[in-house]
Amino acid sequence: MEVTQIIIQVLNSISYGLLLFLLAAGLSLIFGLMGVINLAYGSFFMLGVYLSLAVIEQTGSFILALLGAATAVSLVSMVMEVCFIRKIYNRELDQVLLTFGFAYIFMDIVRWCWGGTPQSLPKPVMLQGSISILGAIFPVYRLAVIFVGILLALVLWLIVEKTRMGVIIKAGVDDKEMVSGLGINIRLYFTLIFALGAFLAAVGGVLGGPITGAYLGLDSEILVLALAVVVIGGLGTLKGAFLGSVLIGFMETFGNAFFPNYAMMTIYITMVAVLVLKPNGLLGKDERP
Amino acid sequence: MFLGVTLLIALIILPFGLGSYGLSLMISVLIFGLFAMSLDILIGYTGLVSFNHATFFGVGAYVVAILFYRGWDNFWLALPAAVAASVLLATVLGLVVLRSSGPYFLMITLAFGQMIFALAWKWRTFTGGDDGLPGIPRPDLGFPVSMWNEQNFYYLVLVFICLSFLLLRQLFRLPLGRAIIGVKESESRMQALGYNTWLLKYLAYVIAAGFAGLAGVLYVYYNGFISPQELNWTMSGMAILMVVIGGTGTLVGPVLGAGIILILQNLLSAYTERWPLVIGMLFVICVIHVKDGIAGYVMKLWEKGWKGYESPGSEKPN
Repeated sequence: MEVTQIIIQVLNSISYGLLLFLLAAGLSLIFGLMGVINLAYGSFFMLGVYLSLAVIEQTGSFILALLGAATAVSLVSMVMEVCFIRKIYNRELDQVLLTFGFAYIFMDIVRWCWGGTPQSLPKPVMLQGSISILGAIFPVYRLAVIFVGILLALVLWLIVEKTRMGVIIKAGVDDKEMVSGLGINIRLYFTLIFALGAFLAAVGGVLGGPITGAYLGLDSEILVLALAVVVIGGLGTLKGAFLGSVLIGFMETFGNAFFPNYAMMTIYITMVAVLVLKPNGLLGKDERP
Repeated sequence: MFLGVTLLIALIILPFGLGSYGLSLMISVLIFGLFAMSLDILIGYTGLVSFNHATFFGVGAYVVAILFYRGWDNFWLALPAAVAASVLLATVLGLVVLRSSGPYFLMITLAFGQMIFALAWKWRTFTGGDDGLPGIPRPDLGFPVSMWNEQNFYYLVLVFICLSFLLLRQLFRLPLGRAIIGVKESESRMQALGYNTWLLKYLAYVIAAGFAGLAGVLYVYYNGFISPQELNWTMSGMAILMVVIGGTGTLVGPVLGAGIILILQNLLSAYTERWPLVIGMLFVICVIHVKDGIAGYVMKLWEKGWKGYESPGSEKPN
């Protein structure tokens, strides 16, 4: 391998890893902060892809698509949280069934509205083309994914670690009654977190859509990818999710380059290897809820 | 006991009262009932919500199909081989997934289930990829009873599900089974009593996989076709719904749950294309309203007047 090729592969790994982080961050947040297993997470992503497709077809604007799809999906998730999820905090099996049911519902709605034919999304005009980095040609769109990924990671880290909201939510997870007793509307915060998770999934969908395309079955693929990232990184830690995604990004990209026939297995092999060494993931805590 | 015998007699005379459509539906109900029953070992008795149970069902079915394609179409050879393959896979997977518990366990099993699904999808030379493996004939048992006759096949399935039920019921009466139930009720207590709870869970996982494999064998012989879809997570989720609707920790309940869902699915798909939407809503309603499952409800009614006895582990796991 030449130096320029290595540079390209490294950049590819990072951009793929950060795309994965966009996918997994919301799931990690919802599980880590609320303890809710959300199997409809991939559906939020898929809704994001399809909604942005609809907006782009109507208006041609990528920005409008991003805003519209993310807002719509967040609103849907808020309704879901207020009407259903709220009733079943701390009930694992019920969460699984409920969110699995919603995955079914969203899947069928997408099939109803858009049909079963796979569709592709155009890349936004301003991000087409490529630039040269140290003599290596690299697509602008991938650089944009890297940029947004890092930005989002920073914003999320600030929200969780440095703001009042983050503190309240972490306290609420430990002792809901106590936090409510302090006069804080903890339910509202939980709803917001759930919506934030869905928002992230939708943003991931709009940004990742041009790479993944839009098809039925995208929901479960994304869910599994996000689960793998979160499991590898350690459930419920954003840092872990970040680390996990970048690790998978590198494994996938370099695995593809060296062993093209086993490409789809690299992510699982990574997962097994990590779990055998650290059952709770790279940065997972030892105690379990 | 009386209830059980009545149910068995009803199931034995049922084919005479059913048309061919009803009979084929009932065969599916029993096969999926066995599948759901095997999942109940984990959810209802061990307290493990596993999301890759379809893996073992699918592996059982695939082994039969692959053996047939390689020229081995002996039922008495394919059946144990398929069940053994499911068991073997579970002994390996169990080592990894059982290192974690609770929601971690669920997510990891889901991820591994999808891994096997992806493998079946891509490994064309063995599995036929997304085309699946069609044309698996009904088994030849070696005695002069044709399994192409729906009624005979129904009885074959009935025999297998009854045997499985009796075996499992006996298992949960033995000290080993009681210990497994103990893990569900309180793992730390069992540890304090000196039990190796990891081993108990591991055993339950492997046993459940074996019975799921058996259901898969019957499925592929009945359906004549296997595709990666049978390994997909939707299949595992459907099995969980069957168990919960029917009643966890009852063994019979999940069969009832399978009946409710499959019959509903058949009725609905005759009227609307949107039945996945309805099934999805069923999940939601089930979570909000059904507490003990149908079987739990019936059994409570029954046993209140009988001996005031509550079945072990009929409450929902957390």
